[in-house]
Amino acid sequence: MSTSYLVEPPAPPRAKSSRSRRARARTSLLAHGEPLVWLNGGALALALAMILGMLLLILTQGLGTFWPQPLYTIRTLDGAEHIGELSRAEAHQLSVEDLASLRQRPELHARLDSADRWTRRTQIRTVDGFVWVDDYNVTKVEQPEWGLVVERREGGRCYGVPLALTPKSTDAQSHTGTPATSGDARPDEVWRTYKAAVTGDAEVPYEALTLATSDGKSTNVALANIVRVYPANQLGAFGRAAVYASRWWEFVSTSPRDANTEGGVFPAIVGTVVMTFFMSLAVVPLGVLAALYLREYAKPGLLVSLVRIAVNNLAGVPSIVFGVFGLGFFCYLMGASIDQLLFADKLPSQPTFGKGGLLWAAFTLALLTLPVVIVATEEALAAVPGSMREGSYACGASKWQTICRIVLPRAMPGVMTGLILALARGAGEVAPLMLVGVTNLAFELPVDASFPFVHLDRKFMHLGFHIYGLGYQSPNSEATRPLVFTTTLLLIVLVGVLNLSAVWLRSRLRKRYALSKF
Amino acid sequence: MELDGYSDTVVCRYYEWHTAFDKHNLLGPRTSAAADYQEHSNVPTTTLNVPDASTDRPLPGDAAGTPPAPTPPTDARDVARVGLSRKCAGRLEAISRGEAVQTEDHAGVTLDEAVLEVDRFCLWYGSKQALFDVTLTIPRGKVTALIGPSGCGKSTLLRSVNRMNDLIDTVRIDGGMRLNGDSIYDKGVDVIELRKRMGMVFQKPNPFPMSIYENVVYPLRIDGQRNRALLDEVMEQSLRGAALWDEVRDRLHESALSLSGGQQQRLCIARAIAAEPEVLLLDEPCSALDPIATGKVEDLISELRGSYSVLIVTHNMQQAARVSDYTAFMYLGRVIEYGLTPTVFTNPHCKETEDYVTGRFG
Repeated sequence: MSTSYLVEPPAPPRAKSSRSRRARARTSLLAHGEPLVWLNGGALALALAMILGMLLLILTQGLGTFWPQPLYTIRTLDGAEHIGELSRAEAHQLSVEDLASLRQRPELHARLDSADRWTRRTQIRTVDGFVWVDDYNVTKVEQPEWGLVVERREGGRCYGVPLALTPKSTDAQSHTGTPATSGDARPDEVWRTYKAAVTGDAEVPYEALTLATSDGKSTNVALANIVRVYPANQLGAFGRAAVYASRWWEFVSTSPRDANTEGGVFPAIVGTVVMTFFMSLAVVPLGVLAALYLREYAKPGLLVSLVRIAVNNLAGVPSIVFGVFGLGFFCYLMGASIDQLLFADKLPSQPTFGKGGLLWAAFTLALLTLPVVIVATEEALAAVPGSMREGSYACGASKWQTICRIVLPRAMPGVMTGLILALARGAGEVAPLMLVGVTNLAFELPVDASFPFVHLDRKFMHLGFHIYGLGYQSPNSEATRPLVFTTTLLLIVLVGVLNLSAVWLRSRLRKRYALSKF
Repeated sequence: MELDGYSDTVVCRYYEWHTAFDKHNLLGPRTSAAADYQEHSNVPTTTLNVPDASTDRPLPGDAAGTPPAPTPPTDARDVARVGLSRKCAGRLEAISRGEAVQTEDHAGVTLDEAVLEVDRFCLWYGSKQALFDVTLTIPRGKVTALIGPSGCGKSTLLRSVNRMNDLIDTVRIDGGMRLNGDSIYDKGVDVIELRKRMGMVFQKPNPFPMSIYENVVYPLRIDGQRNRALLDEVMEQSLRGAALWDEVRDRLHESALSLSGGQQQRLCIARAIAAEPEVLLLDEPCSALDPIATGKVEDLISELRGSYSVLIVTHNMQQAARVSDYTAFMYLGRVIEYGLTPTVFTNPHCKETEDYVTGRFG
C-alpha cells in the first residue's frame, strides 16, 4: 500500500453533456418559485382589498346617512335663494349651448373662470327637492343661524327659518295658512316657544309651524305632521349625536313612509328574520335526514353517486329558477289546493295560500339551500370516526340508536356549519322571493299579536328587496340613494348576527365534543 | 430483569413469566433432544394427532360444505423428523400451501367449563378466506389470549364472536359459535340482543362524545333504562371494576374525551362490563397506550379474571404471558396451538409456536 495517494487522485474528466443538470450554473427564478409566491400573495391581497373596499364603502356611505348636516342658505346671481342641506358636488361640463347662452349674460360669464367649459356644481336638498347650483352662479353662502330641518310624516323634509307659530283655534280661518301670531318674531324666539310647548306636559297650544323656505316662500307645517325638527346650525356634537341616534332608532324600529323614501325598515327586518327562521326550520331537518340516508343507510354505488352529483348540482342552479318552481309548485299547485280545501269561501278573489307568502318563500329558499346543508352534513357524518360507531354497536345499540346518540351529536357542529352557509345564502337571496311572496310595502307583519300569531300566508317585506326598491323603484331616488347603503349595511349586519349566533352555537357544541390531546 | 419499563409490582407479579422469557433459558443452545423430551414429558399432554376424546370434535374436513382437506402432515412423519420435542414442524409450510392443519390442543384447555365454543369456524372477506376451521373452547372465568403475527385473523376471530363482521357486506362465514350453549350464528339470532351479552374493547380508546357517566351507562341507556338509582349503582360498580372510580369520581359529568388515553381505555372497559357481559372481548386494548397506562390496564385485566371470561387479542407476547391463563397461537387464519399460557410460552408443542414466542419470526 505504499503507492497510496496522499491526496485524492484527480477525478477523470466528466463527459460534458448539455443535458447534465450540474452543467447549469444556477437555477432559474421560476424554479425557485418566488414569482409564484408573489402571484399567490397578490391574488389574496387583491381579494382582501376588494372585500375590504366593499365593506368600507358600505360602512362609510351607510353610517353617514343619518348624521345631521349643517343648513345653508345659498343665493345666486339669478336672484334665487335656496335653503337646504348640501347633498353632493361634482365637476360638470357645460354644453356648448349653455355656454352660448351664458355669453349673453356677461355678469355670469365673467365669473366662469374656466376656459374649457368645466365647472363645478353643487346639489342642494331643499324643500322643493334636489336643486343643482352652478358654483359660478353663487353669490353668497351662509349658514342661517336658526334654520330648521323639519322631517315631516308626509311630504319629505322641509328646510327653513321659523317665522311663526299658528295657535290652535276653532276658527276655520286659521287653516288658510296665514300666520296668526308673532308676525315678525325673531326665529330663535319662535323655536324656543315651539320647543317649550312641545317638551312641556301641557297640551300643545299650537297647530302649525311656519317656515321661510327657499326663495322667500313660506310653508306651513302642521305640528301633527312633524316627526323630528332640529335647528341644524345650533347643534353641538352631542346634539348631532342625539339626532343621529334617534334617526337610527327610527330606521330600525318604524315602518317606512312617504313611499318608502322616509322612515324605517322594521317590517323588512322582521320579514327577513322570520323568513330565514322558517327557512332554517324547513331546511335543517330535511337536509339532515336526507344526508343521513345517503351516508348511513344507502349502499354506496352508482345510484348514490348520481344522487350526490345531482344534489351538488342543485346548488348551482340559478336562484330565479327556484323562484319559478316555488311559484308554480308551491303557490299555484299546493297553495291552490289548500285554498280549495280550507279557504274556499274567499276564492277566487282572495286566495290565501294560492299566492306568494311567507310559507312558500321559506320553502323555496329551503330548497335553494338544501344542497348546502346536505353536503355539509354528509361531510360531518363521514368525519365521525368508525370506531365510535363500532363501540356503540358493540354495546348492543341498534343502527338508529347509534345514529341518534353517537353519530348525530358528534356531527352536530358540521350540521351547524351547513346551517350557517344556508343562512348566509338564504338571508340575502332576493330573486326567488320576488316571485313567491315578497312585497314592497306590507301593512301587516307576518308575526303579530293576533291569532294565530304567525301568518304564513301573508306577504312580507325583505331587506334585500327593500334595497332594490329604494335604489330602482323609488319616486325620489336622490333622497333614497343614501338609504340604499344604510339598508345594505343593515342587511349585512343582520346576516352577520344570524351567522354569529349560529357560529356561537357551533363553538359551544364543538367545545362539548372537543377531542382531548394526549 | 428489566424486560420492560413496568412498575416493580407488575414485574414481581409476573416474575415467573419473565423468567420464562429469559433469553438465556429459551434461546440458549439445547443440550440434546433427550433433554427436550425430558422437559416436555413433565407436561402430561404431549400426545397429539388423535382428536382428544373429551373435546369430542370431528376432524377438519368432515363437515359438509367445507372442502375436504388433505390429511394434515402431522405426527408420525414430523415426530420422526424432529424427534418428540417438536412434533408439528412443517406446519407453516403446509399452511402456506393451503393445507389444513389440526390445532394442537393441550389437554388442560378442555377441563374448564366453556363459556364460548368456536366450532370449525371459517370466514371469508369476499373471496379471500381469513379464518380456516377455527375450533376453540374459551373457558369461563379465565383470560384467554390470542396471539399471532399481523393478519393472522386474531381480530377477525374476536370480531366474529359478537358479529361485528356483520357490518362488512362482503363477509361470509361457515361453521358456528356457541355462547353458553346458545348459537351465535343461527338464522333467528337477534344480533343486537347477542351483542348485549358481550362487552368489547377496541384497539383505540373510543369513548363516546358525552360525559363519563353517560359513557358508562350507555349500554343501559340504549335498553331504555331510566331508573336513576340503578344507573348510578351500575356506573359506580363498573368504574370501580375498571379501577377508574377514584380518578374520575369528582368529574363524572365532564366530557369523557377530557380523560387521558389510559383512562379512556379503562372507561371503555367500564362501559363494556356495565352490562354484565358473559364474555369480554378485548381487541389489542393496550396497543395505543403508553407503558404506564398499559400496566394499569393489564392490572385491571388480571383483576377481572374470575368474575369475567376474557378473550384478549394482543400483539405483545409479554402481555399475553403476563395476563392470560390460556393462549392460542394463530397463523394465517388457523389456530396452531392452544393451551395453558405457561406451557405455550415455555414449553410449546409446536416448533412454530416456539419460534414465534421466542421472536424468531412474526
